[in-house]
Amino acid sequence: MGNLVIDNLSMRFDLPNGGSVQALKNVSLELAKGELLAVLGPSGCGKTTLLNIVAGFLAPTDGKVTLNGKTVTGPGPERGMVFQQGALFEWMNVRRNISFGPDMAGRPAAETRPVVENLLRTVGLQDFGDKMIYELSGGMQQRVALARCLANDPDVILMDEPLGALDALTREKMQGLVLKLWKETGKTIILITHSVEEALLLGERLLVMAPRPGRIHKEYNLPFAEMGVGRDLRLVKKEREFAERREEILGMIWDMEEEIMGRQEETA
Amino acid sequence: MIVFLLYVTIFAAAFGLYRVWERKRHHLHDFASLKTVTFGDESAVSPNRFASVISIIALFAIWGAFTGSVITPLHVPGPFVGDASFTYTARNAAGETDDATVHMRVYRVGEDVPLPELPVDQAGFAMDDALKIGAWRSVLARPSENDTGGEDDGYSVIAIDGQPIAAGGTVRFSDGEVTMTSKGSLSIKPDKGWQMEPIWLPAPEAVVSRLVEIANDGYKNVSLWNHLGSSLGRVIAGFVIGSIIGIPLGYAMGLSNWFRGWFDPIVEFMRPVPPLALIPLIIIWFGIGEQGKVILLFLAALWIMTISARAGVSGVRISKVHAAYSLGASKWQILRHVIVPNSLPEIFTGARVAMGVCWGTVVAAELVAADRGAGMMIVNASKFQLTDIVILGIILIGIIGYGIDILMRVAEKWLVPWKGRG
Repeated sequence: MGNLVIDNLSMRFDLPNGGSVQALKNVSLELAKGELLAVLGPSGCGKTTLLNIVAGFLAPTDGKVTLNGKTVTGPGPERGMVFQQGALFEWMNVRRNISFGPDMAGRPAAETRPVVENLLRTVGLQDFGDKMIYELSGGMQQRVALARCLANDPDVILMDEPLGALDALTREKMQGLVLKLWKETGKTIILITHSVEEALLLGERLLVMAPRPGRIHKEYNLPFAEMGVGRDLRLVKKEREFAERREEILGMIWDMEEEIMGRQEETA
Repeated sequence: MIVFLLYVTIFAAAFGLYRVWERKRHHLHDFASLKTVTFGDESAVSPNRFASVISIIALFAIWGAFTGSVITPLHVPGPFVGDASFTYTARNAAGETDDATVHMRVYRVGEDVPLPELPVDQAGFAMDDALKIGAWRSVLARPSENDTGGEDDGYSVIAIDGQPIAAGGTVRFSDGEVTMTSKGSLSIKPDKGWQMEPIWLPAPEAVVSRLVEIANDGYKNVSLWNHLGSSLGRVIAGFVIGSIIGIPLGYAMGLSNWFRGWFDPIVEFMRPVPPLALIPLIIIWFGIGEQGKVILLFLAALWIMTISARAGVSGVRISKVHAAYSLGASKWQILRHVIVPNSLPEIFTGARVAMGVCWGTVVAAELVAADRGAGMMIVNASKFQLTDIVILGIILIGIIGYGIDILMRVAEKWLVPWKGRG
């Protein structure tokens, strides 16, 4: 029995100039509790649209999303979101950002405080609880975003390129942190990324999407996430299988991009 | 023109001297001083505080120099003050000529001086004249009046200090000039020098002493603090009411299509209307009392605050709102915890603009009609040529306007420290 079921989603909307865009077509997917799904694809393949539908920010024109048997109709605290950057509240300090969800739900501060302290330690920000958001580096801000999401104890965590704006070194550290949090909390995670390497490292399952219309191109089950938990991710990257997969998927996406370019030239 | 050239000269001289002095001084080794490209690098340009200080000193020095002030040792030449005389040559109807002297005493306006004394024995038909002239003024002398046969046809003044003169002509004497009118009178203008007459520009110390006087005794039976306080009170009342209505209206326009559509035409039309253009209508509708002024300032602040609140709402990043919804916040909680704090920096910017506009508008409204207030004080004083009060009023208005802006900036720094760091 799937925990999160994405059932035959299609998304089509009209443009002001009379045309229309088929952002998603017949996307179906089941995700068991505790699975980590990475979604990869060239720009315009509808991966962010897919995530926004699961989050409840967009309504699909066809199909539905159900979580634990309940159909998604809008955003809700059982589906937490981690954004690329700039989604933290800079008028609050780190602690108040993390406790935002419980605070809004009206949970007493005494109950929330130990949760927040615990999360600060988990993401390695125990000394930064009283800092303001704008005093933190980009990597630290994303740690806060992860902690803020976890403080609400969602069933599913949706990550929209959470590490996309970070420099390469910070990004590697944060990938390790995401794996650690995934293992420790057992959350179901959908992670959208542009980086093939990141998708391979973090995705227990990997979905490669193709554009126009946005659809599932290929699905993989990968061993690297399990391998990487608690280990140096650079060792994982040295695996021969990892390199093979990377080449395969890069080639696949490369072909898609070529095809798009070709099609654009024809129409031009 | 002379003042402008002098000012440019002081600017250039101070700049040159500073450069020479700086070159000799021990060099700082902060980061900015190591930059080789400063021309065009905005971050390398900061106000030179020496220049600021010299600039203010130069302004006062020029003001003092051209008003004969005690605050500067150097003055431009003042008006001629003291006794002077010239000799005129008259010809009577018989064709005879005779000389006589015009004795004049030029005094500072406000002083009480006697007429210069005339020699007792005088020969010939032309008689000496005595007159007194206020500095910067001129008088019309009629030497013919006391001359024997001066009223006859054929009598005329033909020369001043030996220089021939005719109707419409001008001749210089030692300390001024004489112009003959078409009727044969002499218009005497002692030298005015380069200094400004106090009724045009009073000396700095005159303004200060007027400040002390008004601070103690008030102006038009209203104390200075009452004048300034009532202007400020009107601004604060108008601004507060404008904010109370404008900010929620701006939020509604930022959050609802219907509100945006409904109020857009009104706001967009009213925004470019200068508040000053509303003064006549406000006076017709509400009279010249307090009510009208507060309504005018309310209107001045309203649109600015509405637009800044609307911009604040529109400026909230959608990912923040999405994040808040995903964390389980309700609409009301999102308004309270996300939209309002996110829009505060914009609202503060708007509030600074609104306070500036209100301060300008209140002064203008008081210029038109008021029984008290900073604007009323200066317009009333100007009617009596009390230039020192006018200048004093302008300086006080400037200081208060600047003070308001500084206070708003301090409040902004304290209340929205996250401004520009989102």
